[in-house]
Amino acid sequence: MNIFVCVKQVPDTETKVTPNGDGTFIETSSIKWIMNPYDEFAVEQALLLKAANAGSTVTVVRVGSTQDTEALRTALAMGADEAILVEGDDNLDSYMIAKAIKGGIEKSGKTPDIIFTGKQAIDDDCLQVPQLLAQMLDMPSVSVVVGFDHADGKTTLKREVEGGALEVYEVTNPVLVACNKGLNTPRYASLPGIMKAKRKPLQNLSLADVGVSADDRRVKYSNFQLPPEKPPGKKYDAMDEGKQAEVVAEVVQLLRNEAKVI
Amino acid sequence: MLNFELTSEQKEIQEMAMKFAKNEMMPNASEYDLKGEMPMDILQKAWSLGLVNTCIPVEFGGAGFSTIDSMVITEALAYGCLGMNTAIMANDLALLPIVIGGTSEQKEKFLKPFTESYKIAAFCLTEPGNGSDAAGLKTTIKDGGDHWVVNGEKMWITNAGYADLFTLYGTLDPSLKHKGISALVIDAKAEGIEVGKPEKKMGHCCSDTRSVTFRDVKVPKENMLGQPGDGWKIAMKTLDHSRPMVAASAVGGAQCALDHAKGYALERNQFGKPIAAHQSIQFMLAEMATKVEASRLLVLKSAWLIDNNQPNTRLASMAKSFASDSFMEIATDAVQIYGGYGYSKEYPVEKLMRDAKLIQIYEGTSQIQRLVIAKEVLK
Repeated sequence: MNIFVCVKQVPDTETKVTPNGDGTFIETSSIKWIMNPYDEFAVEQALLLKAANAGSTVTVVRVGSTQDTEALRTALAMGADEAILVEGDDNLDSYMIAKAIKGGIEKSGKTPDIIFTGKQAIDDDCLQVPQLLAQMLDMPSVSVVVGFDHADGKTTLKREVEGGALEVYEVTNPVLVACNKGLNTPRYASLPGIMKAKRKPLQNLSLADVGVSADDRRVKYSNFQLPPEKPPGKKYDAMDEGKQAEVVAEVVQLLRNEAKVI
Repeated sequence: MLNFELTSEQKEIQEMAMKFAKNEMMPNASEYDLKGEMPMDILQKAWSLGLVNTCIPVEFGGAGFSTIDSMVITEALAYGCLGMNTAIMANDLALLPIVIGGTSEQKEKFLKPFTESYKIAAFCLTEPGNGSDAAGLKTTIKDGGDHWVVNGEKMWITNAGYADLFTLYGTLDPSLKHKGISALVIDAKAEGIEVGKPEKKMGHCCSDTRSVTFRDVKVPKENMLGQPGDGWKIAMKTLDHSRPMVAASAVGGAQCALDHAKGYALERNQFGKPIAAHQSIQFMLAEMATKVEASRLLVLKSAWLIDNNQPNTRLASMAKSFASDSFMEIATDAVQIYGGYGYSKEYPVEKLMRDAKLIQIYEGTSQIQRLVIAKEVLK
């Protein structure tokens, strides 16, 4: 089987995000990058599927800048066979990323049987690339997947819907599966895995190589700014018994008329 | 060619080992410390991820780590739990003499199995009557014709109760002093080995420490490392490798104590502001951070010397004494910053302070390190 996984590199969840100097994107110079956590479930599921289907290969694809290739290296260290990096700015929109991934997959020379992605990236939370990519490749896609089973060329997927209920899909390959937390427990990259990852093939492509140009941009970022700081909360001291009645009356009035919660 | 940056591969190794330390070791450290039990499932998992036996060369199934790589891994694991790290590090300590003094056949025979499944090794040097004066050991190795015969008692042996293999130092003739000392690899199942009860310790409670008695234990002739009388030489070279490693564990523990103290100082309010805003606490944190940094630099330099085939005895002892003494001070200050909470087992710094003490003692006390350094200085 030709198994593909799309991974995105996102700022570590502990990063303090700030706009860059001219407000065109976030400041990326001091960010610690990690693999998008939902993509870890995608990599794990791909590796499990590979283990169950001898002769399969797992190819990871990423679109983004090259200053740090953490996400691809992690995927290779976890056990993926090869990687494709399409070099581009970190602020491409979802359409450009989907088109670039499609181009990268085509350049690999392999026809995908299954593509795994995370259900969303935790940086811009657009939730668009999986569906766009599936559409471009003319294959079905199922998102928010928490259950995966593959037998006899048929894939059974469980998908979480509102209220905790599950929808069950039976699809024929090729299919795109966008993974959610709960699908599996991603493995650690072992130390020998990290050492071996260096020797695995990594193909570098430019946006031009995969047919993506500035004309493909659908979303233009005009300004990045921090949300306004919250005004400090109001404090009322009801410890002084002489003032208690007065303070309580005032707070109740504010809760009713200003906060409108009672 | 001076470069203070780890390679990208070393950063990945560090990240992975820290992830393991924070997710698998730290959340369970207190529980196993209180139970005084070896966390076999965690150690097994660490082995399966390649975090154990980092000294085994690539020709014999190891991952091919440099000494600096090993330091990075040890620091991270010690950050997770000093006791679990002791159980892990003791394997290296016992296998290093084989790496250093063994023939290819011996390495194939003794090291390979450690790369195929999780096995435990124990290093037997110290005896009830000798610690710092290691050359004064009393355990005897006698020529029994087609085998060696071992008699004696070993003390404070880490991993003893679980060991598959012992690396033992004994003497062929006590009157020969250093020159009589020889090293043997002994199968833990050999007849005549009696393992004592687990010692009750101040810290490193989840690591297994016992005495081991050898009574007429027959050991195959081919299990001697090097020639008869080479033991001291092998032991000294082992220490050149293992002391930086122990120092690296002190750095890991100290970094952990500093991180906890910093976090608490930012959270805890007194006199209307976080205690981190008080200069007295800031000075303590500054001292702690400086000591961690200096310790780490000594560790990395002493490891770098090994990787570049240069003598490192002086630096290894400097790293070991400075890092372990610093760790003790840092852990004590971390408890001080936590105040009353720091003295409680509910908070992590109490364990760190207990664990720190042992690092000043095992693998050559801080005083012995100073003797080594002075000898090198006065050469």
